[in-house]
Amino acid sequence: MSTLEIRDLHVEVETESGPKEILRGVDLTVSSNETHAIMGPNGSGKSTLAYSIAGHPKYTVTQGEVLLDGENVLEMAVDERARAGLFLAMQYPVEVPGVSMSNFLRSAATAVRGEAPKVRHWVKEVKSAMTDLEIDPTFAERSVNEGFSGGEKKRHEVLQLSLLKPKFAVLDETDSGLDVDALRIVSKGVNDYKAQSDVGVLLITHYTRILRYISPDRVHVFVNGRVAESGGPELADELEANGYERFTSAKEEQPA
Amino acid sequence: MTPPQNEPAAQVGGGVISAPADSAEEYDPGIAAASPPASRPGSPALAPWEERFTSYDVEAFEVPRGREEQWRFTPLRRLHGLHDGSATADGEVEFTVRSGFGDSASDDLGGVRVEHAERGDARLGDGGVPADRVAAQAWSSFTTATVVTVAQARSDDEPLTVQVEGPGVGKTAFAHLQIRLERHAEAVVVVDHRGSGTVAANTELVVADGAKLEIVEVHDWADDAVFVGAQHLSVGRDATIRYTSVTLGGDLVRLSPVVNYRATGGDVQLDGLYFADGGQHLEHRLLVDHSVPSCRSNVMYKGALQGADGDTAAHTVWIGDVLIRKEAEATETFELNRNLLLTDNARADSVPNLEIETGEIVSAGHASATGRFDDEQLFYLMARGIPEEQARRLVVRGFFGEVIHKIRVPALRDRLEAAIEAELEVVGA
Repeated sequence: MSTLEIRDLHVEVETESGPKEILRGVDLTVSSNETHAIMGPNGSGKSTLAYSIAGHPKYTVTQGEVLLDGENVLEMAVDERARAGLFLAMQYPVEVPGVSMSNFLRSAATAVRGEAPKVRHWVKEVKSAMTDLEIDPTFAERSVNEGFSGGEKKRHEVLQLSLLKPKFAVLDETDSGLDVDALRIVSKGVNDYKAQSDVGVLLITHYTRILRYISPDRVHVFVNGRVAESGGPELADELEANGYERFTSAKEEQPA
Repeated sequence: MTPPQNEPAAQVGGGVISAPADSAEEYDPGIAAASPPASRPGSPALAPWEERFTSYDVEAFEVPRGREEQWRFTPLRRLHGLHDGSATADGEVEFTVRSGFGDSASDDLGGVRVEHAERGDARLGDGGVPADRVAAQAWSSFTTATVVTVAQARSDDEPLTVQVEGPGVGKTAFAHLQIRLERHAEAVVVVDHRGSGTVAANTELVVADGAKLEIVEVHDWADDAVFVGAQHLSVGRDATIRYTSVTLGGDLVRLSPVVNYRATGGDVQLDGLYFADGGQHLEHRLLVDHSVPSCRSNVMYKGALQGADGDTAAHTVWIGDVLIRKEAEATETFELNRNLLLTDNARADSVPNLEIETGEIVSAGHASATGRFDDEQLFYLMARGIPEEQARRLVVRGFFGEVIHKIRVPALRDRLEAAIEAELEVVGA
């Protein structure tokens, strides 16, 4: 049983007109076997939350902490966080020319597991995970994400999820840019990993569409850099019906 | 983790041009800038495919002062007098030709002829004529040329290795190598340069109709070495040359390959890989002269630079001149140069020049980009648990992979990959 605890997290980015605060005190706790959906309008800071947890150098944490079973991950380097059991499925996976997917996956698995997987088992494991995600085997020899379509990139993010077996997975708009078939395959991949592990999931999304495939235990509405309201799955239904207006207009009524 | 201010301060240029260029200035005429007074003795030998100034005679060229287009990037005082006539030969460059590469090489050349030719041998100059003073100095000063002739199609599994050994510390030598492929011959050749000293050289690659040459020129010189070389590529009808230069070692290495198409259907790939440490000056100046119709050229040079703090900067220069003459219809050409700055103390000059005198071409384009290490790539790999040092290696190996993977000699690929790993060890990148 693990816990990912985000406490009073403040994050800023450097802009042309100086530092700008994006996260303004995020509080959120996710436990093993739970799926939390974070929903919010564009620009509310959802992706900043995802990248800050993973440790992207562009974001500066000015206050607060992120604790994984009591250990502050903000003091860890990016790779240490991954080895500690955090995983970020990115909205825009990065192309790495000249590095083959198979070499990348094996390097990552070796790092996260602490030893190189046995070749025969590994080949089988990758093959089977690729089959589940309906990924053509030829992708293994292609450069990481290079020339992949949006859907192919997202499938490979979920492939990495299933091979690296994190304790907590942050899925940043994994549904964006996917057609119905791809969304079904990707969601199934996430659900399969949930079923065979104790993973806690932080599912960041703009739309309720993916929640039809991956059902959340908790839903948080994210507005203006913090959690504005939390509730059960019924909160997503309300957002589906009414959009974010109630939350964004409430924000505007407050003095800036 | 690299600090966030490490933004890709990149200079990016590029474009695809499919119509005649409207400005002739875009083409850098450094190749014409050396015109001496017409009255000078030993007047230039002007081949029909070249109107730029060329000559076998060193005295036909002015002594460069450093401001000339051809020489403006080169630190002349580090040439040990190769450019001003003060260098005198007191050593020899040794050429050894073997069949195979590395440990498996043998002396049984299976029909390949290796000859020592005297100056005046009619074959010399078939590749091209010197276009700068140092190349002309080498031509005027060598004692014996080595001519390697391949008459048949050799198997890819049996590369030829030409081992080139420098004259030794403090010594100077002038060298001449010609590799000839007769009609429909095929060969994979590795020209492996090592050792110490100061060398000016001409290398002629004469590839007859329908022949196919894959050649990798490796410059793995010792730290003191200075090498200034002109490579003359002569491409026959429907002939193919895949030329790769790998420049790793040496205090100063300057290579000037020129592609001369002799008839239609020629196909040339020029690839390059260079890795400069602090204090090294590695310069590549290319000219692809599309003077006949229906030929192709594709250029891809990739460089990495790392100057240690407080050391002299690592410096690389890449000049890519592509000329499509009026008569060169149906030309297809593309050139690319990418430089990866691994540390701050490094300078990469990159100048692609494309001059197009006819609109009746298939395509022409160029691209150049110089940037710092891509932090997004690093983040992505590290976010999957891969430690920073290993992530950097993966990215650099990937960056050069495009060049290395095309090399058809497995043992050489292994050696180059190991050499790049060793370079990265130097600054613990």
